[in-house]
Amino acid sequence: MKPAPFAYADPTTVEEALDVLTAEGEGAKVLAGGQSLLPLLSMRLAAPTTLVDINRLPGLDRIEAGPNGVRVGALVRHAALLASAEAAAVQPLLGRATANVAHPAIRNRGTTVGSIAHADPSGEMTSVLALTDGSVTVATPGGRSTIGWRDLFVGPLETSVHGPAVVLDAFFPALPARSGTAFAEVARRKGDYAVCGAGVVVTVDDDLRVTAARAAYLSVGLVPEVHDLSGAVAGKPVDSADWAAAGALASGLVDPDGDLHASADYRRLLVATLTERTLADAGAEAVARALEAS
Amino acid sequence: MTVDLERTISITVNGVPREATVPVRRLLSDALRHDLGLTGTHVGCEHGVCGSCTVLLEGSPVRSCLVLAVQADGQSVTTVEGLSRSDHQGGQVLHPIQESFRECHALQCGFCTPGFLTTIAAGLDARDPSVEITEEEVEELVGGNLCRCTGYANIKKACRHAAETMRAEAGR
Repeated sequence: MKPAPFAYADPTTVEEALDVLTAEGEGAKVLAGGQSLLPLLSMRLAAPTTLVDINRLPGLDRIEAGPNGVRVGALVRHAALLASAEAAAVQPLLGRATANVAHPAIRNRGTTVGSIAHADPSGEMTSVLALTDGSVTVATPGGRSTIGWRDLFVGPLETSVHGPAVVLDAFFPALPARSGTAFAEVARRKGDYAVCGAGVVVTVDDDLRVTAARAAYLSVGLVPEVHDLSGAVAGKPVDSADWAAAGALASGLVDPDGDLHASADYRRLLVATLTERTLADAGAEAVARALEAS
Repeated sequence: MTVDLERTISITVNGVPREATVPVRRLLSDALRHDLGLTGTHVGCEHGVCGSCTVLLEGSPVRSCLVLAVQADGQSVTTVEGLSRSDHQGGQVLHPIQESFRECHALQCGFCTPGFLTTIAAGLDARDPSVEITEEEVEELVGGNLCRCTGYANIKKACRHAAETMRAEAGR
């Protein structure tokens, strides 16, 4: 189908964008990469009265990687983040997760910040924002504010950002020292929506014993959640840690729904398997990074 | 700041500057077919899943059903009609992937073919032709497009064949 009629504006400053959003009222919607919004319009699941296209706003296509983390502008395409060695050096989860976002043609157009603002529970970058304890910067007519991930995600496809507002960037804190990450998902076709996905961070101490293990999942809950799995593996040397026990712990913590693609029980099994697999990889990387730093 | 229902846009399509007045809700895929008469771009699922409508926007593959025509204003678009090159003798030569599709029987009904050709051509053009293509690269090249006839085997064969042709050309 075709999108229902709407009006269109392509402002060239943030202030102009906020003015249009204010004037057009509740029916106005921000358009960035459009890789989630345009399908919704074509399927007539959404019918905004006005689209405010932010693609002409200057300066939002930058990736700023510093010692504290990576700031990703609202117009950075997934493909650009995937290609950024600087971003991957500071927070390796960014590249690892982005590689799982859809297909190259979608990554060329879709934006990382847009997918976070879209808040799809099957999106990769919402979980990465949570797992890295990240935040977004939001511009409203009242000024700019920072919203942490816990306060951002309200429900499926719903955030706490309401009214005239533009999400300007997302900030992903750097990977802590002596830590490793891994990301994996299961999908019917590589690049399609994940039936289940997992991102993990493992941290070790100077004796290469696990001090923390955390995980966030895709397609298993209504909003991104971070689960602390340290209880199953903390204090153990990485090479003898019982990652399967951590997987079993995780499968008891999540509360997935069943749908056409997978039952809730199957998703719980996938959580256990993906957790075990990714934790083992992340543990090995944490050891490598700890040895490299010492 | 104007809020419009209709706009006149200028897009350079296959190297030719084109202009059209379109409703702002017009998808780029429909603008190419209906307003500019370029029916080589095929529209399959119309929500970004099948890849049939893939064109190159500023040289990079994108789903033309997931871009508004007004968003392409001022930019360049390459469709399947634009993949061939001049042979400098008044004729055209096909892109190696187009030749390889013919050689390897990589199409049956042909509906999905334009999307495969644009996606793979851009992917092959972007890589170092002197390096042998890997199976992972081939799968990444075809992975975002659906074909309901071939079972993909011959499409992947065509990718390897085209990469080999380009490798031979680069070695000359």
